[in-house]
Amino acid sequence: MTGRERAPARNSTAATDRVIAEALAHKAVFITGSTGFLGTALVERLLRNVPELHLTLLVRPGRRVSAAQRARRELFRNDAFDRLRAQADASGESFEAMIERRVQVVAGDVSVDGLGLDPAGRAALAAADIVIHSAAAVSFDSPLDAAVEINLLGPSRIAQTLTELGVAPHYIAVSTCYVAGSRRGNALEEPVDASPFYVQINWKAEVAGARRARADADAESRTAERLRSFRKDARGELGAAGGPLLSAKTEQLRQRWVDDRLVTAGRVRAASVGFPDAYAFTKALAEVALAETHGAVPTTIVRPSIIESAFAEPAPGWIRGFRMAEPVIISYARGLLRDFPGVPEGVVDVIPVDLVVAAIIAVAAEEARHPRADPTVAPPVFQVASGSANPLRYRRLVDLVSNWFSEHPLYDTLGQPIKVPQWSFPGRGRVEGQLRRTLNVVTKVERGLNSLPLRGRQAELAANLEEKRELAERAMGYVELYGKYAECEAIYGVARLLELWDQLDEADRAQFCFDPRVIVWDDYVRDTHLPSVVRNSRARTAPPSRATESRPDRLRRQVLDPQRHFAAFDLENTLIASNVVASYAWLASRRLDRRQRLRFVAKTLAEGPSLLRLDRADRSDFLRYFYRRYEGAPVDMMAEDSAEMLSELILTRAFPAGLRRVRQHRAAGHRTVLITGALDFVIEPLRPLFDDVIAAEMTVRNGRYTGELTAAPPTGETRAQALFDYAAEHGFDPAQGVAYADSTSDLPLLEAVGFPVAVNPETRLAALARKRGWLVEHFERAPGFRHGLLPLAPAHQTSLAKK
Amino acid sequence: MAPRPGFVLEVDGSTPPILFHHGEGFRLERLPVGRSRVIYPAEPLAGLKDPDSAIRHALEHPYDSDPLSALLFAGMKLTIAFDDVSLPLPPMRRPDIRQRVIEAVLDAAAAAGVEDVELIAALALHRRMTEAELRHAVGDRVYDAFAPSGKLYNHDAEDPEGMVIIGTTPHGEDVQMNRRAAESDLLVYVNINLVSMDGGWKSTATGLSGYTALRHHHNVRTMQASKSFMDQHRSELHTSNWRMGKVLREQGPKIFQIETTVNNNSFGTSGPLSFLQKREWEWSGKDRATFVGMQAGLKRMPSGARRKIFSSWEAPYEMTSVQAGDVESVHKVTTEHVYRQHLVPVQGQTDILTMGLPYICPYNVNSIMNPILVMCLGLGYFFNLYRGKPLVREGGVLIMSHPTPWEFHPVHHPSYIDFFEQVLSETTDPLEIEARYEKSFAEDEWYRHLYRTSHAYHGVHPFYMWYWGSHALAHLGRVIVVGGNPRAVRRLGFMPASSLADALEMASDVVGRHPTITHYHNPPVLMADVT
Repeated sequence: MTGRERAPARNSTAATDRVIAEALAHKAVFITGSTGFLGTALVERLLRNVPELHLTLLVRPGRRVSAAQRARRELFRNDAFDRLRAQADASGESFEAMIERRVQVVAGDVSVDGLGLDPAGRAALAAADIVIHSAAAVSFDSPLDAAVEINLLGPSRIAQTLTELGVAPHYIAVSTCYVAGSRRGNALEEPVDASPFYVQINWKAEVAGARRARADADAESRTAERLRSFRKDARGELGAAGGPLLSAKTEQLRQRWVDDRLVTAGRVRAASVGFPDAYAFTKALAEVALAETHGAVPTTIVRPSIIESAFAEPAPGWIRGFRMAEPVIISYARGLLRDFPGVPEGVVDVIPVDLVVAAIIAVAAEEARHPRADPTVAPPVFQVASGSANPLRYRRLVDLVSNWFSEHPLYDTLGQPIKVPQWSFPGRGRVEGQLRRTLNVVTKVERGLNSLPLRGRQAELAANLEEKRELAERAMGYVELYGKYAECEAIYGVARLLELWDQLDEADRAQFCFDPRVIVWDDYVRDTHLPSVVRNSRARTAPPSRATESRPDRLRRQVLDPQRHFAAFDLENTLIASNVVASYAWLASRRLDRRQRLRFVAKTLAEGPSLLRLDRADRSDFLRYFYRRYEGAPVDMMAEDSAEMLSELILTRAFPAGLRRVRQHRAAGHRTVLITGALDFVIEPLRPLFDDVIAAEMTVRNGRYTGELTAAPPTGETRAQALFDYAAEHGFDPAQGVAYADSTSDLPLLEAVGFPVAVNPETRLAALARKRGWLVEHFERAPGFRHGLLPLAPAHQTSLAKK
Repeated sequence: MAPRPGFVLEVDGSTPPILFHHGEGFRLERLPVGRSRVIYPAEPLAGLKDPDSAIRHALEHPYDSDPLSALLFAGMKLTIAFDDVSLPLPPMRRPDIRQRVIEAVLDAAAAAGVEDVELIAALALHRRMTEAELRHAVGDRVYDAFAPSGKLYNHDAEDPEGMVIIGTTPHGEDVQMNRRAAESDLLVYVNINLVSMDGGWKSTATGLSGYTALRHHHNVRTMQASKSFMDQHRSELHTSNWRMGKVLREQGPKIFQIETTVNNNSFGTSGPLSFLQKREWEWSGKDRATFVGMQAGLKRMPSGARRKIFSSWEAPYEMTSVQAGDVESVHKVTTEHVYRQHLVPVQGQTDILTMGLPYICPYNVNSIMNPILVMCLGLGYFFNLYRGKPLVREGGVLIMSHPTPWEFHPVHHPSYIDFFEQVLSETTDPLEIEARYEKSFAEDEWYRHLYRTSHAYHGVHPFYMWYWGSHALAHLGRVIVVGGNPRAVRRLGFMPASSLADALEMASDVVGRHPTITHYHNPPVLMADVT
């Protein structure tokens, strides 16, 4: 076999011999999943502890980054490599040079046949002595077809590719203990289908089924009915945000719907045959498939249980990503999970990542030293788990976590420590029921609030509620996903693993510890794991100090920074609490006598609801329709009356803080522009406030307005376009622009700039602004001034002409 | 029975609770016995029996000037300027004195065949008057005859074409005037003198002027050197105006000044509010009932409704004198008439001065009394209503009673809102405010636009309000506001107290446990002649 001449096996008599490192020195190792949690630790450990080893990493290129770039950014910049970096610096060869010399990155993808390798990649794979496959869709709620492609088919694809290449390196496939399924009792290191509890399933039929489910869901998502409903939901979320944004949102909702269907399909399918989720299910079938497909490739399966932060290597507590137990722990510490299902005396099978890494390396070294006689035998299984050798009881874990957070509480936004709840270990059904009820109530109230025309602080309350709902949803998700693991009472046997351990001498044991019995759980949880989890979650671990600037203040400072180029303002409800209907009513009633006024008021009020409906459907249509009313209005009279209206209506409803903000921007050297669907002659008196004004304009015939606009009014996406044009005209960078607006119909405008500001946002915008971290301002009318109920002009007296 | 003069009451065990004005409401407070005194104003002087003939007589028998009829000739350019909405306070019942005087002047002009006549509201940097306010001041007849053709209008100090520089005083002060007034053959100024600060050269040198000229005397240095600005002989504000007057006399238009004085009958000797002008121990059963009923009613009303009720009050003022002719000669007589009504002799200063602030000041007619105006009314106007020495000793405490709501009129006071939010949140020191912020507000394009086209006070006006109180700020050891919005009061740099007792307690660490207390009793206004 090519590349398989190895150093002669040595008797490990001397305690200082490093047998494992010796066995693997000068080997070529091919690794998949290197950017994952386990993969990162594995790469780091191999590079650090087996000096003369060469690595080839299979990395899936990103949408915009190459495989090599991805490896550089997502792998080698990780703090796991800090030690190696320091060593490299000390040795005189830079870390980068060492990586360059010892690591080759090849582009590829385990979810396609042939692994998507180019010739160089194939050559690298063909030259490998050892292949370690740790790539997986680890998310427990992956869509079924994704889980099938990656988890089920991935391992077999590698075996097949090796067979096609005519090579037979030692192939280690990383699986999971949970392939044993949801059951009680001992689960041994034996093939999945050797278990008496295993339900016979044809994995090929499962693959076909998953692919068909995707096609079916996709087809259904494109039915007229569905598409209409997506469109409706998009409008519900964004409001009248204009065509392009709504379209993008609709398509996003469709894709999300299809994915959701497949997530459900996966969960249900897994549960139907006794697996906690699609992950365990597809992993189990993968083992079955691999047993059939590995052929002459000597294959070993390593099954870790729940992998958690490092015990000692590369550093105690090292962890990558926010994984399974972490979000649950943080949610608990935030007081969010009032309760969590679980069997208190049950065993939580957790294993530190470095123990798994060491086990894999030891398995590889063992095969290198003593290759199996018949490579076609069923792949031997090693389980890396703590449950049978050194069990951690669920109650003990909960106590440890609870005590720790009582001593080191997280803090809420008001700077108060959060008290952690006491769990009562109820059944999963009860917790789920409780959460579902909460969720139902919150969702209903939220829907009710969303249908109300709320603004500003009330709208923020609604947004708060949305946050509550999302938290409840997330809690629900955790319970659904992970509750089964807390309730799992299977005990994973580690006899073969410990046998391997017993063969190691002291030096190897010191360097590659994978004995789960070394863990003192109390110390590990308290001093290693929890501090690391909290650090990685970036949760608030201390009350905010007074000296630090508040978030809104910081955002405000950014917004007013002289570096910004321009500031664009919406008018209605952003700078004044008025609208085109009010200004029309004022102008139209300006010259009416008493009886006419009454009739006018009645008519306008009667029209109100239909106008509101039209406005909600499409702002631009509404404006065109509404502005017809100005047909025949004399231009000079409108100018005179608009000037009066400034004092009588506009300024009385203006937000002084808003006007001040415009002026602050000017003072900071920004160019200010008003972009409004209001008519130019109506806002003419406000012109001196801004450098530029973009408003709706009406054509004029014989000194009278025609009621028709010269161009589409600047609303929705037209407004964003107007802004882009404006920026281009003045040579401004929209990324250095600030925009102020109040509703989701202004979303295109807000999204067009680098610094969006939501002013007195309506509910939907308040929610969006919160999610995206935008500055939210509450501008109010001048306090103490009383307004008439209706925006009517005082009866016109002789105009007070000046000179 | 002749009206009784003002007097000082020593508070003893038999003194009833004393009335404090408190914005659109009132408080009754007991003052500590044995060390408190209350200064009461004089009762209203009798008005002139026939004001119209008195006016005509004054026009034809002027001081140091030819009679008005002799100054008028066909083909001349005549401008009549008149005091704006800030006078008198509260606004008086129709007919307004201005209407009476202007009609008389117009009659004389018509008799002389004068055709080119314009009327200007001399509002300097105040807000433009509305049509209704102008109609109230000059009467419908005059308004309808002149306004539609643009011959009756508000002064515009920011009209670059409409202002001229007349000259410069020896102190380097620019003298600026409305172009139409400056280029007239005769400028007739129609004044109402409510307090001794009004009138004289302040009418023309200030009322028809602009920021260019005003900045020479509307500043901290001048105001701190005016002790007080109500006493024109010890007022740096007046000295500067008189210097400008000298330039006007030599280089400006011919000026015919008509000044009038009113009595202090702000709330009537009969009617629902008459008890406000009575001494508390003379309240009748009806007065007491009215007061209790009014307090209960006001308490239930929203602030807007209260404001509306009070601002609709029109005072039954009567004219006590009218004199015309040369500015300075006329003003001497006028001042005597003002003093006759207002001066109350007071002996010695006090440790604590208390006062109840009313709902109105010169700058919130038909508007809202914002916190800056509260400061100006208390520390500017009332504190300065003294001759000789301030009522309160240097380092003493001023306790004022006013609700001081965090409220602003969005049309009338836009620059006040920004001043309150941006300037006072940084500093309350007048000199620092003047140095750091005045120019940017005064030359702001948006404020200028609102002053000229809307009904906004000029951008610099809130600064003048603050300067108006700068003499008091420098003199006082502490200012306490009773019953005010605590946040607004603190923003002003003062201390909020919920009751007079609390306020006196808070004053004790400045003036000790047994301070003397003097209460400035109003309405109506009085001027303390402190010796």
